[in-house]
Amino acid sequence: MIAAPKPDLVTVNIDGVDIAVPKGTNVIEAAKQLQKDVPHYCYHPKLTVAGNCRMCMVEMGMPAVDPATKAPVIDPATGKQRINWIPRPQIGCGTTVAPGMHIKTSSPMVKDAREGVMEFLLINHPLDCPICDQAGECKLQEQATGYGRGYSRFIEEKNVKPKRTQLGPRVTLDDERCILCSRCVRFSKEIAKDDVLGFVDRGSYSTLTCHPGKKLENNYSLNTVDICPVGALTSTDFRFKMRVWFLKQTNTLDIESSVGVNAVIWSREGVIYRLTPRRNDEVNDTWMSDSGRMLYKQVAAADRLAAITVNGAPSGLDIAINAAAELLKAGSVAVVGSGRASVEEQFLLKKLAEQLGVSAALVARTGQGDTLLISADRNPNVRGALVTGLISALPAAQLTQLAADIDAGKVKTVVSHGEDLLAAGLTAAQLAKVSVIYLGTHANATSAAAKVVLPTLHTFEKAGTFVNQQFRIQTFAAAVPGPQGATNDLAVLSKLVVALGAPATASDVQALWPALAAAVPALATMLYKNIPETGLLLDATPWASLPFVEGETLKFKPVASALTT
Amino acid sequence: MPAPAQSRVIFQHIDEPGYTNDLACYVRHGGYEVLKKSITRPPADLIEEVKKSGLRGRGGAGFPCGVKWSLVDRKSGKPIYLIVNADESEPGTFKDRYIMHQDPHQLIEGTILSCFANNVKQAYIYIRGEMPEGARILEKAIAEARAANFAGPNILGSGYSCEIYVHRGAGAYICGEETGLIESLEGKRANPRIKPPYFPAVLGLYQCPTIVNNVETMCHVKVIADLGGEAYAKTGTPGNTGTRIFCVSGHVQRPGYYEFPAGTITMGQLLNEVCGGPLPGRTFKAVIPGGSSAKVLRFGERYKGKRKVGADMVDYDWGVEDVPMDFDCLAMIGSMGGSGGVIVMDDSVNMVEALANINAFYQHESCGQCTPCREGSLWMKKISSRMVHGQARKEDAALLKSVADQIPGRTICAFGEACSWPTQSFLIKFKDEFETYAEVKKTLPADRLALV
Repeated sequence: MIAAPKPDLVTVNIDGVDIAVPKGTNVIEAAKQLQKDVPHYCYHPKLTVAGNCRMCMVEMGMPAVDPATKAPVIDPATGKQRINWIPRPQIGCGTTVAPGMHIKTSSPMVKDAREGVMEFLLINHPLDCPICDQAGECKLQEQATGYGRGYSRFIEEKNVKPKRTQLGPRVTLDDERCILCSRCVRFSKEIAKDDVLGFVDRGSYSTLTCHPGKKLENNYSLNTVDICPVGALTSTDFRFKMRVWFLKQTNTLDIESSVGVNAVIWSREGVIYRLTPRRNDEVNDTWMSDSGRMLYKQVAAADRLAAITVNGAPSGLDIAINAAAELLKAGSVAVVGSGRASVEEQFLLKKLAEQLGVSAALVARTGQGDTLLISADRNPNVRGALVTGLISALPAAQLTQLAADIDAGKVKTVVSHGEDLLAAGLTAAQLAKVSVIYLGTHANATSAAAKVVLPTLHTFEKAGTFVNQQFRIQTFAAAVPGPQGATNDLAVLSKLVVALGAPATASDVQALWPALAAAVPALATMLYKNIPETGLLLDATPWASLPFVEGETLKFKPVASALTT
Repeated sequence: MPAPAQSRVIFQHIDEPGYTNDLACYVRHGGYEVLKKSITRPPADLIEEVKKSGLRGRGGAGFPCGVKWSLVDRKSGKPIYLIVNADESEPGTFKDRYIMHQDPHQLIEGTILSCFANNVKQAYIYIRGEMPEGARILEKAIAEARAANFAGPNILGSGYSCEIYVHRGAGAYICGEETGLIESLEGKRANPRIKPPYFPAVLGLYQCPTIVNNVETMCHVKVIADLGGEAYAKTGTPGNTGTRIFCVSGHVQRPGYYEFPAGTITMGQLLNEVCGGPLPGRTFKAVIPGGSSAKVLRFGERYKGKRKVGADMVDYDWGVEDVPMDFDCLAMIGSMGGSGGVIVMDDSVNMVEALANINAFYQHESCGQCTPCREGSLWMKKISSRMVHGQARKEDAALLKSVADQIPGRTICAFGEACSWPTQSFLIKFKDEFETYAEVKKTLPADRLALV
């Protein structure tokens, strides 16, 4: 590994404590390193600095030097270099650290300035927290407790602005709550590259709106909801469904492509209410696509498989496993794995294939990459299958070899881990010729035709790891229990492996990992619990020559273009 | 002491019978001679002359022009732009428009000279949206100057080329703030930029080094190029060189514009002798000395302190009438020379109502970008508006002052000061009027002029 170059460090003094931070850091970020919170609304670490909310004001001073000699001016009282404090507060977001800079984050001047801003922000705000969806995760609400007056001096009529505006299919705007921080405007322009938002009118009557004839309908529109510090922009899907303080947060990954966007599942009592992005500066910054968020709806979809069946009749797990084992023992088996399965599942499926003496196939899923956070490879974990050795070449979209083998009578039984064989290129006639053992979450033509159906868990219902396009291994955790009748994929696979005569294997992620790490060279020395939240980069050299389909995305450059640029 | 005589330099030909705004007339009166003799000089000489002249910007802040020019980043390799700020919008100010309407070539000559000095190839005159006539006159004048080779390519065969474009604003006070102006010129909302990092001298128009100067300042540059910096500095007083134009409006006998050597005339001389004193039967009550955002002065109050005269510290004890009308003396007594817009109010004026009017203006012109100005200006307006509509409370005086105190020094641009200084100063100097307004209002005729 190439060591990252050491950044130039600048030493600043914040509230009397010296700290060295990389050159170019602003005061908010520098203070954060000392666990000092500089309140702010408009500043966002991944957007340009606007400096308009004026909440992050701090007191700033520089060491005094004699203008003529440039020699430090020493304060006789302290024996130290005197600090020339600027008599007016400065914004923390727009102030970049400089050597020797002194900052006060909680002096009377700072407190007074912040209280003034807080009062100003509230006078025309509707103060409708009891019916506002943002309550509980509202910066205005939080900081009002720290800097608010506690009563109002404002007896005038508040400004009236549009309510419940549909900015697009997924975002609802309440202009009266908007504090005009312009985060959403900057996001649309700078990140989504879809410059549709702006302000009309001026002064306190300024109103956020879409440009005439435009809509906020790009696939990243819900990020504006995330970064809105108040309840102005809300998710049309989530609003009024649940108070956020009731929701449990579970780390997960976006399953729509190989980017591996870090996300959080918000759930309560087994029901998922929303998905939001989780910051990972190496993968997705703080962003996530709308389409990825909506995938939580798969979990409670009407076509979820929940009944174990053998020959179409309801069955129990062990009976079904035995029925499957009988089919497998008869030989002529083909194994179809999944790029949507976890590394652990792929590892066990590989064991199964090895026991049967066959190699597994995978079904490729590709589409146009959006250059941001959706890549051309719509399977989240094809690289996991490579790493575990389930496959050794990139998959094709069509199972042509399997089709030929069925036609030739070489295959009598197919194990499919979540893949619809009809969608993967088999004909109904070919499907009818074989006995299918189907492990999956949702009903489809293959599950309907299968001899044995073993309902399994959705990604959001189980723990595991994916390897993304960067060969970064990242973990996800179970947020909600699966439907009654569904079994963890690892349990099903380990039962099948045992039924075929192998010794018992662990069937939960943590317990499986020692065996996994021992068997998979790329994962040697690793343990599941040691994988940090931001993931670990694996050595990708063994697969460097494979023609991966991904183009450039936010934090990823394909190897070929990386070499040429 | 009698008032000094007017010394019309910039306004030499304003209102002169027979003087027209075309090129022929300007040339007949010696126009473009300064350009002819200066274009062969090294540009650095001209910058040096401007530095020596001590010229202070006439837009309002009084920042030394030579210093402004020396701050320009000349090493970036990027083009340097010059913008003439012709967005004259400060209430009470009406000097630039006369230059543009009646003597546009004076501005063009000064602009070309300034561009030449700073190696600027492209200049913009950003003119206020409400001055369409001025824009037409300027465009015609630029075309004339170009045809006569005083502007455009290879000026007077010197090899130096410079184009001037007129850009019309869309009617917003904030476009007079230099970074707001630059945003507007770039085709965006005129939201002023945060400084740092966007100092025009380094990251101005199109992120290139940019000089923004007032119309009148450009005309002074022409005078400096003609006379030389040292000779120019002999007019006026040290630190306040050249002439100053005062635009006097309000309750005087002869409102209008007057040009004097800077620092040589006092407020009393200006109002009583030059402008003929108060209207019959009236007495002066208050005066705003530098455009409506300057802090108000109350007749009858005394200003005491020490000031530097030459090398000595001298005690001063002035009434409003005694204050010399220069940047430093007006700053010393807590107001500012600003744009030279002197607004006079006599004893017929109710200060609550006057402030209500000013607050309505600033509220309407706040860009709305940053919190203290956006919310504060409207809040102040709502309070003063409510007061003059008969709903005044005694505590409104203290509230107004407190709201105003939460604005200045905390905003992106100087509009925060501009909108809060009137309220702060009115409340400090006329607090009693605000506290008793509820009672006073009851005595006023109901059919008085409709107020904001």
